[in-house]
Amino acid sequence: MAGNAWRSTVSRVMGAVKSQTQPRTFSRGMQTVTIIPGDGIGPEISSAVIKIFEAAKVPIQWEERNVTAIKGPGGKWMIPPEAKESMDKSKIGLKGPLKTPIAAGHPSMNLLLRKTFDLYANVRPCVSIEGYKTPYTDVDLVTIRENTEGEYSGIEHVIVDGVVQSIKLITEDASRRIAEYAFEYARNNQRASVTAVHKANIMRMSDGLFLRKCREVAENFKDVKFTEMYLDTVCLNMVQDPTKFDVLVMPNLYGDILSDLCAGLIGGLGVTPSGNIGANGVAIFESVHGTAPDIAGKDMANPTALLLSAVMMLRHMGLHGHAKKIETACFDTIRDKKVWSRAVQYTALKKNPVSESVTLILLFIGICLSKFNVV
Amino acid sequence: RLLTMNDSPISAHQPPPAKYGGRHTVTLIPGDGIGPELLNHVRELFRFCCVPVDFEVVTVDSSVVSEDEINNAVTAIRRNGVALKGNIETNHNLPPSHKSRNNLLRTSLDLYANVMHCQTLPGVQTRHKDIDIIIIRENTEGEYSSLEHENVPGVVESLKIITRVNSLRIAEYAFKLAREKGRRRVTAVHKANIMKLGDGLFLQCCKEVAAGYPDIAFDNMIVDNTTMQLVSKPQQFDVMVMPNLYGNVVSNVCAGLVGGPGLVPGANYGKNYAVFETATRNTGKSIANKNVANPTATLLASCLMLDHLGLVDYASMIRKAIFKTLSETRLHTADIGGLATTSEVVQSIMREVQKTGPLTSEYI
Repeated sequence: MAGNAWRSTVSRVMGAVKSQTQPRTFSRGMQTVTIIPGDGIGPEISSAVIKIFEAAKVPIQWEERNVTAIKGPGGKWMIPPEAKESMDKSKIGLKGPLKTPIAAGHPSMNLLLRKTFDLYANVRPCVSIEGYKTPYTDVDLVTIRENTEGEYSGIEHVIVDGVVQSIKLITEDASRRIAEYAFEYARNNQRASVTAVHKANIMRMSDGLFLRKCREVAENFKDVKFTEMYLDTVCLNMVQDPTKFDVLVMPNLYGDILSDLCAGLIGGLGVTPSGNIGANGVAIFESVHGTAPDIAGKDMANPTALLLSAVMMLRHMGLHGHAKKIETACFDTIRDKKVWSRAVQYTALKKNPVSESVTLILLFIGICLSKFNVV
Repeated sequence: RLLTMNDSPISAHQPPPAKYGGRHTVTLIPGDGIGPELLNHVRELFRFCCVPVDFEVVTVDSSVVSEDEINNAVTAIRRNGVALKGNIETNHNLPPSHKSRNNLLRTSLDLYANVMHCQTLPGVQTRHKDIDIIIIRENTEGEYSSLEHENVPGVVESLKIITRVNSLRIAEYAFKLAREKGRRRVTAVHKANIMKLGDGLFLQCCKEVAAGYPDIAFDNMIVDNTTMQLVSKPQQFDVMVMPNLYGNVVSNVCAGLVGGPGLVPGANYGKNYAVFETATRNTGKSIANKNVANPTATLLASCLMLDHLGLVDYASMIRKAIFKTLSETRLHTADIGGLATTSEVVQSIMREVQKTGPLTSEYI
């Protein structure tokens, strides 16, 4: 009968919908993660991370995808549909450095990824690495940066010849969203305080709105201490005593500057992990250094940044035991001066290339693997 | 190389002429927090050293809504040409119609160049050594235009204005200053990869001006990389020029690198006026009236002012005394790791001046 046919169709459709909403695909207890190797040194450091994860017996199966921009229907640039599908299914991604082409006609890949998955929070934990000496010790802070609006809205106009106006956009929703994420992060990671960084004395309405939203959200998280500080005061105090800071939440531009400042405190972009959290539960973890095309393929690249980002990813997925194991092995390797000194000079400071030939990655992996065998 | 020369690079610059028997009149704005007490020390020191400067004190109450007081201050500065000020607090919880008084002062007087010279000082413990950076920051436009509106409820737009005229002006100032001081390189700090039109225009103007100074090397760096480089290798920088907000960030980072907000003086120059203050413009509310604030930055700012007025001998006499005192660790205030009080430091400076110069009063 028509009614029965209709009901069975409905139950078939409903059943299909239900299985699609499962957050991750499980097969034999393995979780799928989309890996985007990237350009330049990307492929080699990605394979290093995969090898290390294999040795540590992490229950992850990798799905490799490419994100070169393609022109979709309607002329809009987008990432390849296979990549999007894979990410939507697995919800977790690990990304290597992507080349930003100049004058290729399309926006940067990072921007495309951000728009596609609505990656609204950029999280960068900056922890001093034992064994890697910088003038700053005992740094342990997290910068959480609003990643979708603010000064990077890209809206600029030439008013008259010689006068340019750039628009900084602050919205209630985005500010509330990032504040909520920051407080939740603080709660889930046992952090004591959240500091909102702003310049509301000068930008009264925009940063004032951001600050108001942070204050409102703070009311719901009484277990986490909330403070506010001017951007210039934060910069001043950060270079004198970074131990004073815990979790920092801020709009886009300040976040960009401060997160790089903090990365500089612990040793540069070659050792800093980074994660991007999106709406709908998507999270992409990445290494933020460049593609280093001049040392690509020469086995000289330093996989630390990608590895630590992968560790951050494991923590996000709840695999704390594996995360600890790999992190400890990584730090032990760094403490081993023989391997470390040659690796860090290039990627740590973007501008200072040092070319030396040594089978670095294999040494690095080897020492990591040997740690696992001991366990 | 310590600050000894006249800081103003405008070669045709004439300091405001001395009136009334060789004495200059300078506007003094006490401000809030530690401003009043530190500026009192300046007056005390000037009296002791018989500096021919009279201060016209103009108070600006930060809690008052009306802008009359700040306008009075602006008029006084127009009259005298030079001012020394403490920071005026801005309550950012007040509505946007209540603008920052400091910003109003800067824009009304068109003090377009904020100059800060950061150098490692002998006797002060810091993580980095051999820093010697001059930071020139555009002081009137950029993100500090105070143009904001809410078109749709919940969506606020803030305008950052960059103009060709002001960018050329600040770049010209930077290169002129670099040449006068014998500096080798000027670095423009920007974010033109993201703000292509705005910071792109700024960068373009700097490049144009650089072409006219072939003896000075010019390069540029993106602001986030700049902060990273500053905390790892600050010795690589010489002179830096940048728009307003990045200037705020970079000057605070550099001040932190050389020892903190209590040590670095700042100057704001316009075509006709000059206002001197501490470089990082802190109110220091929490340490106000406790006799613990570091007077070095304010005193060095007053020396910059004396240089500007042409009273170079007095300036170097006081500066030498300040640096001699700074080299004594037991005379360090709390912010640089010591236990001395503000008055102890000032007394010591006065004693040093007495030892070296003949021009002091009997009263100590």
